[in-house]
Amino acid sequence: MKIGVLAAQGAFVEHIDMLRQLKVDTLPVRLPRELAGLDGLIIPGGESTSISKLMLTYNLMTEVKNLAQSGLPIFGTCAGMILLAIQILDSDVAPLGVMEITVSRNAFGRQRESFETELSIPVLGEKPFPAVFIRAPVIKQVNGKAEILAKLADGTAVAARQGKLLVSAFHPELTSDLRFHRYFLDIVSGSRESGG
Amino acid sequence: MGTGTWKVKTGLAQMLKGGVIMDVVSVEHAKIAQEAGACAVMALERVPADIRAAGGVARMADPTVIEAIMKAVSIPVMAKCRIGHFVEAQALEALGVDFIDESEVLTPADESHHVWKHDFKVPFVCGCRDLGEALRRIGEGAAMIRTKGEAGSGNIVEAVRHMRAVTDSIRKLANTPQGELMAQAKEMRAPFELVAEVHKAGKLPVVNFAAGGVATPADAALMMQLGADGVFVGSGIFKSSNPEVRAKAIVEATTHFQDPKIIAEVSKNLGEAMPGLDMKQIPTEELLASRGW
Repeated sequence: MKIGVLAAQGAFVEHIDMLRQLKVDTLPVRLPRELAGLDGLIIPGGESTSISKLMLTYNLMTEVKNLAQSGLPIFGTCAGMILLAIQILDSDVAPLGVMEITVSRNAFGRQRESFETELSIPVLGEKPFPAVFIRAPVIKQVNGKAEILAKLADGTAVAARQGKLLVSAFHPELTSDLRFHRYFLDIVSGSRESGG
Repeated sequence: MGTGTWKVKTGLAQMLKGGVIMDVVSVEHAKIAQEAGACAVMALERVPADIRAAGGVARMADPTVIEAIMKAVSIPVMAKCRIGHFVEAQALEALGVDFIDESEVLTPADESHHVWKHDFKVPFVCGCRDLGEALRRIGEGAAMIRTKGEAGSGNIVEAVRHMRAVTDSIRKLANTPQGELMAQAKEMRAPFELVAEVHKAGKLPVVNFAAGGVATPADAALMMQLGADGVFVGSGIFKSSNPEVRAKAIVEATTHFQDPKIIAEVSKNLGEAMPGLDMKQIPTEELLASRGW
């Protein structure tokens, strides 16, 4: 199994480290040719405007969109979630538009509102997940085939799945908890056909 | 639910990695920076080259400028306070800036003490010339480190010196026997716990950017190849003849820092870079990097 991590900008090294801990072959992706032969792709946290502009300039937008539509499993965290959405509220960032969710950027406010909390994510088991939200987005609306995997206490949706696409508004890669990445690898290997 | 935790502070710095943080003095600049792909902007009244030229006492920017820039862009906004001026830092935190740079570019307010940064919920970045200085700042609560370089000089030589000093010391520390760590801590005047942490991990506990003299895409890629996690560009963009094009080129060179073909490509037709200064042209007492300890 080989998983690429988009390395345009952001916390991609953290994802690569986690995948290595899970004994998975991994490589950073900065150019379209580096997408060849991948079994899955992670789009990391970072600045979504910065990442999307670099993806556009180097022809990654169309390539990644085509791969997503032809069934490549993709996991997006924070900025990655924003880029996978079909709609971003109050923003001129052009997303990949492959996952049927509507997201809002910087939904909690600025950095002083960034926070960490223990989150219940039923598909990962009973033990709460340490969730770090940094100038985080939220899922405002789930349309069609996407299903919500986790909510904050006030009901705000912060993780979702649609087939082989997985997103979180928080950063599993900033913790030592490997469960979210393992769940993605299960999607890649086909052992998790649906949520649950 | 915890806000302002160490994880949340260092986490934002991690999200900035692989990116370019650009000095801006107006809403117009900030929009150009965002459009070029900057991962954050530093809101200022004057870029370092102009501060250097103006002389006198340089202070925190007018909050009006900072707020206007915060409204104009969606990327993180940083702002500078003077070394040791914890009240400027309190004011910047109250404004809601995303990161505070306790910066030698401004005139120091305290010659003995830097800001005790653990008291703040907003993260701080601080400059350093070597590993000891980096660890002293981290000990005070800095969630991100950058080289000092020599701001406003358009000359990369000092940033290279400082980055090499930090990475050389980390390499040496990683190979230092446990029993010699205390003497190392004494020699570099750094907190023992952080010296021991670097020894064990073989890297800094926080993100380390390059700053102070970056003027071209090749400068940015040089710092990345020397081990920087990302790049600050101060005067280098808006003191050049074509800021829009140069800003985008530096962003691309920072991402593709290991790809000489791309660096060559983005270096074409950028117009004039900012005027540079040889270090020998700068009188010792005017060197910004020697401010702070």
